[in-house]
Amino acid sequence: MAIEVRIPTILRNLTNDEKVVKGSGDTLSDLVTDLDQQYPGIAERLVDGGKLRRFINVYLNDEDVRFVGGLEAKLSDGDNVTVLPAVAGGSR
Amino acid sequence: MLRIDRSIHDQIVAHARRDHPDEACGVVAGPEGSDRPERIIEMLNAARSPTFYEFDSTEYKKVYDELWDRDEEFVVIYHSHTATEAYPSRTDITYAQWPQAHYVLVSTREPDTAEFRSFRIIDGEVTEEPVEIVDGGGSGADR
Repeated sequence: MAIEVRIPTILRNLTNDEKVVKGSGDTLSDLVTDLDQQYPGIAERLVDGGKLRRFINVYLNDEDVRFVGGLEAKLSDGDNVTVLPAVAGGSR
Repeated sequence: MLRIDRSIHDQIVAHARRDHPDEACGVVAGPEGSDRPERIIEMLNAARSPTFYEFDSTEYKKVYDELWDRDEEFVVIYHSHTATEAYPSRTDITYAQWPQAHYVLVSTREPDTAEFRSFRIIDGEVTEEPVEIVDGGGSGADR
């Protein structure tokens, strides 16, 4: 099944400058594994120690996946996934 | 160098003043690849803190989708420091993940003057750049 994934600028060096790539998987975790086979290196930019990185936001359709199961979130054909590096900082 | 319209500059400063003593944050969008900051979008600081800011994840997605549909990108990402100088902190540098963006910092520590400075932050390296404030509400080309 095909899932469309939107890739942010900072990761496009891994996707041959593609803004949108396609992958497959029953869960987000499977999708990341599939993407990493197509675009080696992408998994470690998204996942650290079996969890999504704190300052990378991943959305399943319009939902932040942290609220719908994280890496275990179930995917369906035609879903859209968006990867967005968090924008954060502070004076300290 | 960052060229920015005076009205957008003034709105960024006004936003920073309004949210003081919490940090304010937002973006200025422009056509992809143009390097022209044209459309200011004030964002919520989900941290609501005087020492930290983070875009609200739901609002961020909504804004990003809109930019995507309009073939725009973040030309400027701004935030304020409310008690320290307008220079990227270690935290700012760690989380700077948009290499094409101008990172604008505003300091509101002085009540009468706002420091407004712009930086490139790429792979952990900070480079300050000049800011040119443009009057007249358009790109240089049509004046």
